[in-house]
Amino acid sequence: MNDMNDIKQTGLAKYIENLKSLKSSFANSFLRSGIPTSDKSRTAVVVNNFFLHLHGAKTHINTLRPSYTLGLGLISFFLLVIVFISGGFLMVYYSPSIGTAFNAVKDINFVVFGGKLMRNVHKWSGEAMIIFVLLHMARVVYTSSYKRGREFNWVIGIMLLVLTFVINLTGYMLPWDQLSYWALVIVSNIAAAPKELTDIFGITQYFDIGGATKEILLGGTEPGQDSLTRVYLLHIILLPLGICIALGVHFWRIRKDGGLSKPDTLVGKGSGVASISPPDKTGGIFPTHKTYGLMELARGRTPAVDNDVENTVTSWPHLFIAEVAVFILTLAGVIAYSYFIDAPLKEFANPAIPENPAKAPWYFLGLQELVSYSAFMGGQGLPGLAIAGLLLIPYLDREPEHFGIWFSNKQGKMVALESFVIGSIAVIGALVFVVNFGWFRNWWPNIHQLWIIAINPGNLLLGFVVAYSLYVIKRTGSTRMGAISLFTMFLVSYVILTYTGTVLRGPNWEFFWSSSQWPVH
Amino acid sequence: MSNGNRNEEGVSRRDFLGLAAFGAAILASLGALAGSLRFVKSNVYSEESKKFKIGKIENFPIGTTRSIDGKSVFIFSDDNGLFAISAVCTHLGCIVYPTEAGFQCPCHGSKYNQDGKVIGGPAPRPLEWFEISQEVDGTLFVDAGKAVPNGTKYIFA
Repeated sequence: MNDMNDIKQTGLAKYIENLKSLKSSFANSFLRSGIPTSDKSRTAVVVNNFFLHLHGAKTHINTLRPSYTLGLGLISFFLLVIVFISGGFLMVYYSPSIGTAFNAVKDINFVVFGGKLMRNVHKWSGEAMIIFVLLHMARVVYTSSYKRGREFNWVIGIMLLVLTFVINLTGYMLPWDQLSYWALVIVSNIAAAPKELTDIFGITQYFDIGGATKEILLGGTEPGQDSLTRVYLLHIILLPLGICIALGVHFWRIRKDGGLSKPDTLVGKGSGVASISPPDKTGGIFPTHKTYGLMELARGRTPAVDNDVENTVTSWPHLFIAEVAVFILTLAGVIAYSYFIDAPLKEFANPAIPENPAKAPWYFLGLQELVSYSAFMGGQGLPGLAIAGLLLIPYLDREPEHFGIWFSNKQGKMVALESFVIGSIAVIGALVFVVNFGWFRNWWPNIHQLWIIAINPGNLLLGFVVAYSLYVIKRTGSTRMGAISLFTMFLVSYVILTYTGTVLRGPNWEFFWSSSQWPVH
Repeated sequence: MSNGNRNEEGVSRRDFLGLAAFGAAILASLGALAGSLRFVKSNVYSEESKKFKIGKIENFPIGTTRSIDGKSVFIFSDDNGLFAISAVCTHLGCIVYPTEAGFQCPCHGSKYNQDGKVIGGPAPRPLEWFEISQEVDGTLFVDAGKAVPNGTKYIFA
């Protein structure tokens, strides 16, 4: 390794010399810099590594407060990683043909070593994503994190939520058991639900948008091989690709928008921050003054100039150790749950006999409750309006105050609590009414369908939620309070409707306090 | 963009050509995509025929109700003739089962009377009635692809 001697070395000697230093030269080519021991090398390790460079070289200590993010976005991401890997394993045996799919899933469950666990892990981590993406959304709303340049990232987040729902749904259809088949029947008919509207105007025979969507989804007029092929295409290529692209942009924009949201002045130093070692301010050339590294002075929004740079720490190791901890906990949780709870698998698909009750997967049972009023409104109209309402939150609430603080202030906490209570009462009240008294069709069998599309419990509930959040805006004089109220009521409605559809609805979609009361037949 | 020959009002030549090229590229891409979308709707579906045999008229003495294995249809025979009512719920496509009042859907609780008219639940339309036809040898066919006005009953020799 002595440069002066290189000229005199023979080729073979050089070769042997290179062979001897292979270990260190390979490690250097791989890592570029050695083990990080100084702030400079800790920065270098982030910048030089493809995977780590998604992170900033330095991280604000607020980002590291477990009580601020609760790790929810990260958990969702790690669940996605687990889903992708376990899904890859399942593809080893699965084949998307209505003749073989069911047997392949049965083989995975009962013949393949570790197959049942692998399938459970895939299923449960996918469904857990729905919960954690929703919780992550809640964190973003309640900490005002959709503001100050982050508006569009919220929009991408909603796209990811929708993709998460759809990819779960398509996965549900792949085993081609009774659950798959009847979910496909119901979903394809929800796709066809605009027929309700076109029928009313008498234009279905000229412009059957609902029927066309259904046929494109199914590849025919009823579920069959072509439907399974299409669902498979969506589940393993199109939707994962969409998620990867949207997630890439989501992460990239976090950095471009200046990192995770944080309060203008760090509050609660006593609690969450205490667990993080404070930044080392004794080093540097000017220990008593603010100093910047070069990466903190570049143009744009990214760098940390005037952005509380003295409260940042190097991402290596502070951020990465936290991420590893979240990953380990996520993986452990998923495996433990999957070890004890099995993913369902019913009988082979039978087009002649629907399950009774025929239920969609649990995360859609809130919608199924709405669908039991009107297929078009419950399946398309109301979810569409709910998503539109969520998309608009960052554009209709632009108040810059209380950024990065849970529930903004005391008033915000009160509004959230009040909306939680009033939202619950509204949803439960609507359900109690429908269960006891039915709706228009039960009272006036000849009533025109237009009345039911226009006025049904789902619409009234949505109208109430919107009206109440507008009232909150008027009363408090703050759009932020309206956003808290709207989102709280959305979340409460989703949870209560889902619970009702899952637990309280039995055969023929009738009301039962528990499934032990279901009639035997 | 260009400073040299900029027209103070309107678009300069260079800007116009640039915009035109950009617009053409977008239009061409969207056109290609729209054309491709037609690809996903096949001209022929490999499905069983919607029209199927149900046997001779002797199989349906007056007063009987029959359902055909593997077909979602009920065949009724009464004093006014033979008629076929679809068993597919018009709400979201589940299979209804006969009750004393008429028909009941297990999925979302839609109820129909004996003529398939909605009497409860979310179903937007009555159950469909299908065409029944007879071949020269007397064999009866139901065509589940051809809906007929509700109340259409067929008299066969």
